[in-house]
Amino acid sequence: MSTMSTAPVPAVADGTSGSPTAAARSAARRRVAQVWAGRIGLAVFVIGGWQAFTAWGLVDPFFFGQPSGIAKRLVELFQDGTGFGSFYSNIWTTIQEALLGFVVGSLTGVVFGVALGQSRYLADVLGPYIKMVNAIPRIVLGSIFIVAFGIGVTPKILLAAVLVFFIVFFNAFQGVREVDRNILANARVLGASQLQIIRHVVVPSALTWIIASLHSAFGFAIVGALVGEVLGAQSGLGLVIKTAQNNFDPNGVFATMLVISVIVLGAEWLIGKLERRLLSWRPPSPSEAAGL
Amino acid sequence: MASRNDVATSPVSGATERADARIEISGLTKRFLTPAGEVFTALQGVSFTVEPGQFCAVVGPTGCGKSTTLSMVSGLDRPSEGSVRVGGREVDGITDGVSFMFQADALLPWKTVLGNVLMGPVFRGVPKQQALARARDWLRRVGLAGFEDRYPHQLSGGMRKRVAMAAALINEPRILIMDEPFGALDVQTKAIMSTELLDLWEQIRPSVVFITHDLDEAVALADRVVVMTSSPGSVKEVFDIDLPRPRGSVQEIRFQPRFIELQHQIWDTLREEVERAYASTAGGKA
Repeated sequence: MSTMSTAPVPAVADGTSGSPTAAARSAARRRVAQVWAGRIGLAVFVIGGWQAFTAWGLVDPFFFGQPSGIAKRLVELFQDGTGFGSFYSNIWTTIQEALLGFVVGSLTGVVFGVALGQSRYLADVLGPYIKMVNAIPRIVLGSIFIVAFGIGVTPKILLAAVLVFFIVFFNAFQGVREVDRNILANARVLGASQLQIIRHVVVPSALTWIIASLHSAFGFAIVGALVGEVLGAQSGLGLVIKTAQNNFDPNGVFATMLVISVIVLGAEWLIGKLERRLLSWRPPSPSEAAGL
Repeated sequence: MASRNDVATSPVSGATERADARIEISGLTKRFLTPAGEVFTALQGVSFTVEPGQFCAVVGPTGCGKSTTLSMVSGLDRPSEGSVRVGGREVDGITDGVSFMFQADALLPWKTVLGNVLMGPVFRGVPKQQALARARDWLRRVGLAGFEDRYPHQLSGGMRKRVAMAAALINEPRILIMDEPFGALDVQTKAIMSTELLDLWEQIRPSVVFITHDLDEAVALADRVVVMTSSPGSVKEVFDIDLPRPRGSVQEIRFQPRFIELQHQIWDTLREEVERAYASTAGGKA
């Protein structure tokens, strides 16, 4: 972290090149190799087992798909596209819906979370209603949105936004509530206005909570977009899945699933980068090194 | 003397209107409603005065309402009865020209050292360049030049206190309120910090209200020591400390005969209260 402490280290290591460091390094390298061997082994075991069981006829590939079939289907999808536009344009539709829903949902979540966290009165008035709405299975709202807004992208964005909103809202609210009383008192005595307190103290403090919620929130944005598409759409990965289901094509469903998980992993990676950037002030926690 | 010139160059109205730094606390009473619905009296008729530019220490047993008194001087809390007047004006909302130093860190962990010191001027709307220059100057004064870009978690406890001190003094407050600011430090660091505090205080001379558990610290630093009784808190006695200023090193002054004499005198008054407070917590409330 600190430049002062890391700078002299290589010089010392070069000078002595002692066996303890070399031994520690090779032990670390061996551990990494073992972990990767385990990971690859597990993948070969699961996918190979699936392929073998379907090939031997123990499991019917007609219902449960087959890894080689999934790979073939994936290539077909990318090369030949679908009955409703190229596969790329379908992917783009879903990404667009999820992304817009994610942005709208998290922004409103943060705004409401901060507002209610700041104002006791607002929290007391709106609190029970928010809990009630949160108790509704919100996926069902998708049907209403489709009836109201047709089968374009709008209802999917709305559904994704609603799912994202509640996750981000509860975290932002909690984050605002956890702001250190001393820091708050200090800022007030130094002459900060209410707006300055929100900008310099409340939001940065709640950011730890908000960012943590964004990780799971993007997954929900994708779920919202997909469910919306399954309920009724002209394009999108949800429609690809629904079509594959209607054609008794499990390989098509699995192939699309694979693409979706790549999208979510990519988004996760971007959010991780954002997190490291925005929260660079945090001391490195011991759990981070061993974390997933 | 050089330090006096330092102050003259900085754009403060300062020395001319020092009369507005007088703190009069009269008949201060604070009652809280406990969760059980009972009324708890934390403070009962507290009265004392801090003259402009005076360093006043408040000592007393744990839970005698020292911190409550301070939050009412700064305007963070309202009295149930009585009043606090600063410069003749009754405190009503956050008092202008006050800085607060807490026992716990009140630094923003997401701001750098420089960012933390900048807060005061930024909140007051000082132009950016001027604020930056002042913040750099104050970091130099507390001996932290070169640490501007560090985050608080990268600093030692003593360094964090220095940042807090620079952040509290940068607005050149007329009143400085300190709630056991060095309570969490080790003995050596505490002595060094106290000496540095005295040095900085002599440069800008705000009125100080300083809460502490440490009687030695109180006598070494203050012009006036207020001894409070245990709950409900009230003023038991006020001592004027006539040790000459500048006092120099806080460690050295402890060996002067006059210091020891005053320390004994105050301790005789304080001991009774401390013992009473201890008995009420250790003896159990059956």
